[in-house]
Amino acid sequence: MSELLRVEDLQVWFDLEGKRELHAVQGVGFSLEPGERLGLVGESGCGKTTTVLGLLGLLPPSASVAGRVLLNGVDILAGGEETMRPHRWVDLAIVFQGAMNALNPVKTVGSQIVEVLELHEHGRGRDAWRKTGELLESVGIPADRSTRFPHEFSGGMRQRAAIAMALACNPSVLIADEPTTALDVMVQAQILELLDSLCRDFGLALLLVTHDLPVVAELCDRAAVMYAGEIVEHGPVDSLYHDPKHPYTRLLFAATPDLYGEGMPASIPGAPPRLDLPLAGCPFHTRCDRAFVRCKDERPPLRDLGEGRSAACHLNDVVAEVV
Amino acid sequence: MSQNGAKPLIAVEELVVRYPVLRGLTGTITRRPQQHVHAVEGVSFTVARGELVALVGESGCGKTTTAQAVLRLVEPVSGRIDFDGTDITRLQARALRPLRRRMQMIYQDPYESLDPRLKVRAAVEEPLLIHGIGGSKAQRRERVSDALSRVELNPPELFLERYPHELSGGQRQRVAIAASIVLQPDLLVADEPVSMLDVSVRAGILNVLDRLREGGLGILMITHDLSTAARFADRIAVMYLGRIVEEGPAQSVVHNPQHPYTKALLSVVPRRDPRERSRPEILSGEAPDAVRIPPGCRFHPRCPIAIADCRQVDPALEPAGAGGGHRAACIRV
Repeated sequence: MSELLRVEDLQVWFDLEGKRELHAVQGVGFSLEPGERLGLVGESGCGKTTTVLGLLGLLPPSASVAGRVLLNGVDILAGGEETMRPHRWVDLAIVFQGAMNALNPVKTVGSQIVEVLELHEHGRGRDAWRKTGELLESVGIPADRSTRFPHEFSGGMRQRAAIAMALACNPSVLIADEPTTALDVMVQAQILELLDSLCRDFGLALLLVTHDLPVVAELCDRAAVMYAGEIVEHGPVDSLYHDPKHPYTRLLFAATPDLYGEGMPASIPGAPPRLDLPLAGCPFHTRCDRAFVRCKDERPPLRDLGEGRSAACHLNDVVAEVV
Repeated sequence: MSQNGAKPLIAVEELVVRYPVLRGLTGTITRRPQQHVHAVEGVSFTVARGELVALVGESGCGKTTTAQAVLRLVEPVSGRIDFDGTDITRLQARALRPLRRRMQMIYQDPYESLDPRLKVRAAVEEPLLIHGIGGSKAQRRERVSDALSRVELNPPELFLERYPHELSGGQRQRVAIAASIVLQPDLLVADEPVSMLDVSVRAGILNVLDRLREGGLGILMITHDLSTAARFADRIAVMYLGRIVEEGPAQSVVHNPQHPYTKALLSVVPRRDPRERSRPEILSGEAPDAVRIPPGCRFHPRCPIAIADCRQVDPALEPAGAGGGHRAACIRV
C-alpha cells in the first residue's frame, strides 16, 4: 500500500528563560498507510502531544520545529504555515485532548460544525446543515440533535461531536489525542468502536496518542513507545507485548494492571531525565533494570530490527553478538 | 460480617443519600414539587480490618457519595453506619471527633490536596497538631519520619524540608498518604488514589496501600478501573445508579460475574495483550440521571437480558455464583 503520511526526524525545541532550551522532541519518525492505526504511547511529559502539535505546525512561537512531514511524498512542514495550511483539517485533522470540553457552550453543536464547513468552503447555508447532519450520523449521533447545545449532550456524545467536527473536511488522517481519557469504560468502548469503524469503513488512517497501553493494544496495529522525547521502540502491538525489545516497553507493560493477569504490577523506580539539560548515554539507563557500562556513555540510536520493528537499546546489539 | 466472623470495622446498612435539586425562585413560588438526586439508594456493605474493598462503577453511580457518607462528610437520609461497633450515623460533631482520627481519606489529585506553602514535614505533622496528639516536638518528628518511611519515602530526611512543587506526582500522593496514616487510623478511604498518576508510578502507590492493608488497615477504595480493583482488592462491590448490583470476593466477581451489568463492564475493559482483544458487549447510551430512576430494576432499560418482570421487580442482593459471600441483584441470576 502507498504511504500516506511520513514523519522524519522531527525535532522540537522550546525556548526557556536565560537562553536555555528544552529539547522536547528528539528525532521522531513514523509512517501511516490508509486505514492503518498507529498508537503513540508514553507517559506524561514524554513529548507525544508536542510531536503531533509540532507536525501540524500548531506549537506556540516559543517552539522551533525541524524535520520533514511528508504527505503523499510532499514535505508540508518545510514551507511553514503557507504549505501547512492547505492540508491542516483538509488532509490531517486532529481531535485535541479535552476537545469534548472545548465546544462553545452558547452555540448549538450543529452550528459549530456548520461554521467549520463554511470556513473551509465545504458548503454554505442549507447545504452545510445537511452535511452536518450526515457527519453527526456518521459518528452515531441522530441528525436532529444538531440543534442541541453541548450541555444537553452526555460526555460520550460531546466526544463524538468533537470527532465529527474533525472529520468535517473529509481528512485522510485523523490524529486523536487521548480521546478516551476522561470517559468511563463503557463510553470508552463506544468511542473505540467508533474509531475502529471509521478506519475500517472509510480507510481513515488513525494516529492515536495516549498513555493507556491497553487502549492501544485494543485498537492499534502498530505502536511507537516514546520516552524522554524520542521513540524507544516501534513495532506491531503484538510483538511489543510478547517480545519487547526495549526494557522500558517491558517494564511499562509490567506496571499496567490487567483484569485477568497474574501477580502484582510493579512500578518503574526513578523519573524521566530533564530535557533542558544535555543527555549523556541512554535516557532510560538510570531506571533500567538491565543497564550496563555502555548505556551510561553512549546513546543508543533507534535501530531497525527487521519485521517492521525497531528499538533504541544496546542490549539488542549484545544479543546479536552472543548469537 | 467479615468472613472470620469478627466484628467488621465498618458496617453500612441500607444507606440512603439524596441531594435536593435546586428549584430556583420560580420553582419555589409555583411550588413545583421538590426533586432529589437519588445518589445512594439502599447500600449495604462491610469493610474488615486488613481488608481492601473496592467500590467500582461509572461516574455518577454514587460511589464517592457512599464513601463520603461513611466518613459522615455528607448526611444520610436513612440507613445506619457502624464504625468499630459504634453507631455513628447520628453522632454529633463533638462525639464524632475522636473517631475522625481513626478514619482518614486520600484524594484523587495530589496536586490539589497538598497545601503548596507547607513543607512535607509540616503537611504530615499538621494532623497531629489538629488532634492534639503525638506528644513532644521530638516525638512528633519521630512519628512524621515513621509515616514517611511507611510510604517508602526513604530516607525521610531527604523529603522533610521539601515543598510539594519539588516532588513528582507519585511522591506527592505518598506524602498525602503519610499525612493520613500519621494518626494511625483504622480506616482509610481512598478516592481514585492513582488515576491522576502515570502508569509507571501507580503500582508503587498501590503496593504501599497493599502493605498498609497487610498491617491491619481497612481500606475502602473508590475506582472506575476494574483492572486495578481486580489486582488489589479483596472484595469488589459494583455500583449502578446508587445501588450495589453485585458484590463478592474480587476474583470471584472478575472471573465469574453474575449480574449482566458487571458482565458488560468487564467485557469492555481493554487488555494488555493484543491477542486477548476483548469481545466487548457494549451497552448503548449512558446511565440515566439519578433524578429519574427507572422503575423495577434500575438497570432494565439497558439490560441485554431484561424480561417483562424486570420493569416491576426491584431486585435485592441475593447470594449468587459459587458462594463465599458473592451476591448479585438480578432476578435472572
